[in-house]
Amino acid sequence: MTFDQFIFYFFSTVMVASAIRMITVKNPVHAALHLVLTFFTSAILWVSLEAEFLGIVLVLVYVGAVMVLFIFVVMMLDINLVKMREGFISFLPTGILVASVMLVELVLVVSSRFFYMPNPVPRPADYSNTEALGKVLYTDFVYPFEIAALILLVAIIAAIALTMRRRPGTKHQNPAEQIKVRAEDRLRVVKMEVEKDL
Amino acid sequence: MIDLNHYLVLGAILFSLSVAGIFLNRKNLIIILMSIELMLLAVNMNFIAFSHFLQDLSGQVFVFFILTVAAAEAAIGLAILVLVFRNRRSINVRDIDELKG
Repeated sequence: MTFDQFIFYFFSTVMVASAIRMITVKNPVHAALHLVLTFFTSAILWVSLEAEFLGIVLVLVYVGAVMVLFIFVVMMLDINLVKMREGFISFLPTGILVASVMLVELVLVVSSRFFYMPNPVPRPADYSNTEALGKVLYTDFVYPFEIAALILLVAIIAAIALTMRRRPGTKHQNPAEQIKVRAEDRLRVVKMEVEKDL
Repeated sequence: MIDLNHYLVLGAILFSLSVAGIFLNRKNLIIILMSIELMLLAVNMNFIAFSHFLQDLSGQVFVFFILTVAAAEAAIGLAILVLVFRNRRSINVRDIDELKG
């Protein structure tokens, strides 16, 4: 077994094991942490496939942002774990049956000789995946890139608009009224005689 | 060296596991969202493997866009989940039955 094979089999074993734990574990926080392990291992496999930029992006964006958001929401909500688990056993045979049939079908198709490809020549050491990807992204794919930026903007607005609410009784200020106010609305200058008989 | 088939089979295993996850945790909305993320990861694995073996960067660009859309989807999905929990005090899929579908 060469070192490449060892890397691949070791990390794919970790990945599949943590994915299995993710779908079977009782506590949603543990499930999120196992999903983090799956993403991390998959980032390592991507780096071994010469996709260094996307491997780092997976760690930064998924492990750093999306999964933290998941864990944040899971911890914020008060979930009744016992009710969530009901039906787990009764759905188990159907789930395993469907998943294994899908797996057998996919493996039968994918492991045929039509999907065999010779290994490419490794890139030279001074090859920069990030630079090459950036060159493609900013020339051939510049319109999809801008649409992706727009999608992110829409997601930000949607997430804020969905979760924002006006609670009654909060003592927030109204900036428009604060700007509109004039000195004569609040201040009265009183003219009076100076008292002389001291 | 590792063949292309190995990576494709790994992606297939991950995809089937996430389908099984949706079946097993039919009550828990959060685990269903996590299973969808796992499904997208399995698809991305195939894209990266093909991109490596075909020596074509377009596959990696596609993965980049999938990651973007998945991040947006996770943010909006979790916002909807928080909203459902605020209104119903539960994220059980069985409780979400206003539409009587």
